[in-house]
Amino acid sequence: MIGLQHYLVVAAALFVIGIFGIFLNRKNVIVILMSIELMLLAVNINFVAFSSASGDLVGQVFSLLILTVAAAEAAIGLAILVVFFRNRGSIDVEDANVMKG
Amino acid sequence: MTVADLAFYAFSTVTVAAALMVTLSRNPVHSVLWLILTFLSAAGLFVLLGAEFVAMLLIIVYVGAVAVLFLFVVMMLDVDFAALKSEMAKYMPIGLLVAVILLIQLAFGLGAWVTADGAMGLHQAPTPDATQIDNTRALGLLLYDKYLYLFQLSGLILLVAMIGAIVLTLRHRRDIKRQNVLHQMWRDPAKALEMVDVKPGQGL
Repeated sequence: MIGLQHYLVVAAALFVIGIFGIFLNRKNVIVILMSIELMLLAVNINFVAFSSASGDLVGQVFSLLILTVAAAEAAIGLAILVVFFRNRGSIDVEDANVMKG
Repeated sequence: MTVADLAFYAFSTVTVAAALMVTLSRNPVHSVLWLILTFLSAAGLFVLLGAEFVAMLLIIVYVGAVAVLFLFVVMMLDVDFAALKSEMAKYMPIGLLVAVILLIQLAFGLGAWVTADGAMGLHQAPTPDATQIDNTRALGLLLYDKYLYLFQLSGLILLVAMIGAIVLTLRHRRDIKRQNVLHQMWRDPAKALEMVDVKPGQGL
């Protein structure tokens, strides 16, 4: 029988993979943004799993809000990425050092 | 093992494997495609949990909008992705270390928690009987009534995000030719055109 624990394990694995991706792709902001999306998806799975397990719909409402924020974050992040690429000609995180003085 | 259990294991395996491929694949376009697979199988997990509306929203918003946005940007940027990937092996040990430590911590947390005695009495919106009111209808009743302000606020967040993305990426290019409509309308044929009577056999 599949219970709450199984879903929590999947969400934990997804979250850790997201962090792993951030470490692994230090040079590539696009994949870092995708890793952040993976972590938000893990949080969503947690919310919906708890909502289903405890019979409370508020968790699903909250996951809708997370979905909205994730979409907004992706749009803004990619817009900043496009401007960054226009100015510096690369998408390396290490190149984001204009404000260093 | 029931069909639902089999479906859970299939969806969760595909979700985790595809998420791993997002971080490991060499080509960012492949990464985006793996990301789409992750979202689709996560939507399957949501359906198994009885949250059909969130599952469909995940497909519409993530696969339909966010992943396509990623795909656009990946293809728009002219970056040598092979050079970016070359240093991936350098960061592999520290990444694995952090991932393993975090996994151990999460395992401790997952193994230790218990539900409080009064937790089930704290329900804000108990899920109605699925045979009477389906998931989408129940969520709509909740979202348009009790959480109306949160709903409006999320719309405002999306509006701000849209305006921000447009303001950030809009630029006025000066190095290209543009059409000036007024200039075209005020153009006088008498000034622009000169009739020359060219004699046969002679040049101008």
